[in-house]
Amino acid sequence: MSATDAPPRPLLAAEGITKRYGTTMALADGRLAVLPGESHALVGRNGAGKSTLVSIVTGLQTPDSGTVAFDGEPAPPTADRDAWRRKVACVYQKPTVVPGLTVAENLFLNRQPTGRGGLLSWRLLRSRATELLDAWDIRISPEAVTADLKVEDRQMVEIARALSYGTRLIVLDEPTAQLDNREIERLFARMRALQESGVTFLFISHHLQEVYEVCQTVTVLRDARWITTESVADLPYEGLVEAMAGEAAAGRAGGGPEAAARPGPVVGGPVRLAVRGLTGARDAFTNVSFTIRRGEVVGLAGSSASGKIELAETFAGLFPPAAGEAELDGAALPFGDVRAALDAGVGCVPRDRHEQGLVAGMTIADNATMSVLDRLGRFGFVGTGARRNVAGALIERLDIHAEGSEQQVGALSGGNAQKVVMARALASEPKLLVLINPTAGVDVKSKESLLSRVDSAREDGTALLVVSDELDDLRRCDRVLVLFHGRVVAEHPAGWQDRDLIASIEGVHRG
Amino acid sequence: MADTKTAAPGTTSGSAGGSATSRGYGNMLLRRARELTLVPALILLLVLGAVLNDSFLTERNLISILGASAALAMVVLAESLVLIVGKFDLSLESVVGMAPALGALLVLPAASSGFGTEWPAWAGLLAILIAGAVLGAVNGVMVVRFKLNAFIVTLAMLIVLRGVLVGTTEGKTLFGMPEAFYSLATTTFLTIPMSVWCAAAAFGVAGFLLKYHRWGRALYAVGGNPEAARAAGIRVERVMLGVFVIAGTLAALGGLMQTGYVGAINANQGQNMIFTVFAAAVIGGISLDGGKGTMFGALTGVLLLGVVQNLLTLAQVPSFWIQAIYGGIILVALMIARLTSGRAQD
Repeated sequence: MSATDAPPRPLLAAEGITKRYGTTMALADGRLAVLPGESHALVGRNGAGKSTLVSIVTGLQTPDSGTVAFDGEPAPPTADRDAWRRKVACVYQKPTVVPGLTVAENLFLNRQPTGRGGLLSWRLLRSRATELLDAWDIRISPEAVTADLKVEDRQMVEIARALSYGTRLIVLDEPTAQLDNREIERLFARMRALQESGVTFLFISHHLQEVYEVCQTVTVLRDARWITTESVADLPYEGLVEAMAGEAAAGRAGGGPEAAARPGPVVGGPVRLAVRGLTGARDAFTNVSFTIRRGEVVGLAGSSASGKIELAETFAGLFPPAAGEAELDGAALPFGDVRAALDAGVGCVPRDRHEQGLVAGMTIADNATMSVLDRLGRFGFVGTGARRNVAGALIERLDIHAEGSEQQVGALSGGNAQKVVMARALASEPKLLVLINPTAGVDVKSKESLLSRVDSAREDGTALLVVSDELDDLRRCDRVLVLFHGRVVAEHPAGWQDRDLIASIEGVHRG
Repeated sequence: MADTKTAAPGTTSGSAGGSATSRGYGNMLLRRARELTLVPALILLLVLGAVLNDSFLTERNLISILGASAALAMVVLAESLVLIVGKFDLSLESVVGMAPALGALLVLPAASSGFGTEWPAWAGLLAILIAGAVLGAVNGVMVVRFKLNAFIVTLAMLIVLRGVLVGTTEGKTLFGMPEAFYSLATTTFLTIPMSVWCAAAAFGVAGFLLKYHRWGRALYAVGGNPEAARAAGIRVERVMLGVFVIAGTLAALGGLMQTGYVGAINANQGQNMIFTVFAAAVIGGISLDGGKGTMFGALTGVLLLGVVQNLLTLAQVPSFWIQAIYGGIILVALMIARLTSGRAQD
């Protein structure tokens, strides 16, 4: 970072940025210096402050303090969208194109070339669009309807539009999240070509491998602070992972005294779940094979696009896989049918309790017994007494803090609501329990109590699959499988180091 | 297209680009063809009508179909614009009754159950259009500014306006207005009523602006992806509000045509019209999700329903049954439009 004779003036320079939302410090010390012509990576784990920094350097938010400058000039005021558009553009994961219109029209939306009498000239529009796409060597037909484009082509349309406003700095917000490997390769090839034509990129990604593939410089954020900015060539994988995970976390052992107190894996116990060559639809995951024994807890880790959620939801019967099979206690597991999966003995705590987990307007008893009503009465009628007893027992067992089984679920805290979801998964006394992000958005105490249910389910001989972004959830597992772009790339037995797990989640293969 | 996509980047040659372009034109032709999907159905109906009834394919009957459809056409035009920006306006059918009635009440002497203000005819006509615009603006402000639910707000407006109309006229039919109130339907040009020319012109202008003016293109952008439209500098709220005002004005004009066609203003004028309006728009390919559809499609939807209605009248279907049959035919027409256009009606 020492000054050389003529340091190139950064195209984008942000210094000492702070931003606070209420009591949360979203960014305590944000710094960024992007040199012209480079592809600059911005990395950090969830909550490190990346999105906040991006929204500040793209002018969507005003920092509480600190300065942003473009090519040495101070940034325009937040209200002046036109001025910002000439400085920097961001391609978000969410498309900002109109799906029903053609590529050409999206490129020149609301500034279509007009001919005589202020009327729009479609011919001129087409030729301008062709000109623009050719100038940047983007091979997309200007006449194509934008809704029919592939994700990476849609991203190129957004980049071309941004370039036509005069900016040469493009922010790509996790551009590879929705792409498969081949599409990612094509996107990178186009990025390199654009870079040669003088476009500067700020590249945000969860995949460190991609940083090494397309970027020259990397800035790491951690805990809302700037950690380092270094040339990618000078920063080995280990160093980058350490910068992201932090010294403290890296030094923390996976085991620990409380872990040692738990019963170890039931070595040699009978296999409950056997998965062979499972491949998801649209290659969300490919050729996954593993087994879970009675009373064993297996963790599944991976980034958001790794396919871990799809894999877990396949066991719960939400999606039929493209190929492969799974056996539960020797019987083939039915796929693509939630009811059949439940009957076969699979319980599931779904990804999102608001969307898939709970009916907010119904009572705890209704929610907890939703999937087992057939056991509580005959001919589809539900015995109220039986239901109340079952619900009461579950409330007791899971330590749900509520006024009673007839309280509405919508009024519960996040932790207690999640316990209701867990209660429902346990109500059917499953042989295989699939937990997806079981402790997302719950308080520390509820987290402990939810995780202790994992231990008691294990003692009952249930096979458990825990899918989570939280390292604390995975620490309880006997082993953790890591998915990367749909493949199992690593298996970590209990006692792993944080940085090793993060490294394999990020796709860094340590020699 | 597959070959252009799978070819390694950098090695794509000029020929690959060429095939992408030709695919683009193919797409364009396909889209053009889709706009015409209802035309064969319309021709089929005309042939069917000619076979079934001798008096169907006469000049007089065809003109009467057009004359009877003019008012509906104006309201379908109005509704289509609102639908393209991704909103709803059910109250248009009450505007069809309320706006002309207000103009008539201002003009008529107290003896003919008017307000007794006895405005000149031109002022009364102007008041009709202004009333339509104001009612549209009220809907627009509630839906766009205050973000109330468009469906239920305009449904409430539908009932309120109908009630106000019945209240102010005390349920009586208004007649005896100056000749100017009827002239849209009574005066003809080249034997075709002015109302038909007027509706045709309105469709022409709307279709032209939607295709060739930034304002028109902005409607599609707003309806297709409001966030993208906003990012492109389109004032999304203002566009939506403007469309509500224009729709109210067009519906008021449609009401005036209806008044001329009937020769009086009944307290029921426009009642139950909105179902037919939505049916014509959806059959014509206007998406209820916004951002899709053309004026030509909407117009063919109107004509299709106009011909069906005429055929039912000519076939002397018992009047007690006409509603059930008409509703059933609309249902069938929706299914046929779904099949021929090959895309989901959303």
